[in-house]
Amino acid sequence: MLAKAESGFEPPSAADFEFQPIFGNSIYFTKPVFMVFLSVLVISVFFITSARKAAIVPSRMQFAGESVYGFVRKTIGEEVIGPEFMRFMPFLFSLFTFVLVNNLFGIFPLLQFPTMSRIGFPISITICTYLVYHFVSVKHKGLLPYLKEICFMPGIPKPVYLILTPVEIATYFITRPLTLAMRLFANMFAGHLLLLIFTLGGEYLLHGGLIFKFMSIFSFSFAIGLTFFEFGIQCLQAYIFTLLSALYIAGALADEH
Amino acid sequence: MEGTLAIVGFGLSTIGPGTATGLIFAAYINGVARQPEARSILQPIAFLGFALAEALALFGLVLAFVL
Repeated sequence: MLAKAESGFEPPSAADFEFQPIFGNSIYFTKPVFMVFLSVLVISVFFITSARKAAIVPSRMQFAGESVYGFVRKTIGEEVIGPEFMRFMPFLFSLFTFVLVNNLFGIFPLLQFPTMSRIGFPISITICTYLVYHFVSVKHKGLLPYLKEICFMPGIPKPVYLILTPVEIATYFITRPLTLAMRLFANMFAGHLLLLIFTLGGEYLLHGGLIFKFMSIFSFSFAIGLTFFEFGIQCLQAYIFTLLSALYIAGALADEH
Repeated sequence: MEGTLAIVGFGLSTIGPGTATGLIFAAYINGVARQPEARSILQPIAFLGFALAEALALFGLVLAFVL
């Protein structure tokens, strides 16, 4: 997408999120798909090498790997889920690292596209969380008591059920997965769009007169500043996605109030 | 002037989350001012609230593109 001086500025749009296939005409292998494979490779190699020569006095690699794991384990696993958290650590940890690395691709030089800004990827990891928390609920409470708890929350006057039951059903089966996927997708989409606007805007200003060329400095410096802001948002979103998944699992494990 | 009504809608949809984010950080600053040692406890809560409120504004952005 090249903005030309005479044709006017073309603001970035949803079309900038679509990629041509890498090999021939196969629509299944585009840049985001390639980045998902890359992220799995990066995560596996990093954590395998950091854990392979584990020692009492940790090397730098081991320390880095362990501090990421320690963070997820302490702030998400132990504090949210409680005593039974160890069962869910593999799930939560892979969720966190997967989302984090894929988000960070958004500001990684040369790649510079957050995988999660294509709605398919957030949806597929949300399906994992969705299945896990319903499965845990059914296993922990049994199918009928679980449905009864959703439909008829104990300790509430009867007429209120008229409003509460549809709301609760919608919360568990529609709103939770929808917001979980949408939150991650929308954040990455908006962040990438924001960076595009300032870099393309700066590039467009370069085609103008001397004053406009000077103005493009501001646009580019905004883009650089926002890149750091995006870094914060990307880490935060990975944290929040995992935290909410853990909260849903904790809700599934909690006994009736 | 060009553009669609959807963009105006997005502008309107940012009012709520904008106010919410302001309130969250106001409460956080208040808390830290009263009890500076509680900072480390309040910080993750404040950022969680911020991210949850901010997501609502972004839903508006997505809808502005979809509609």
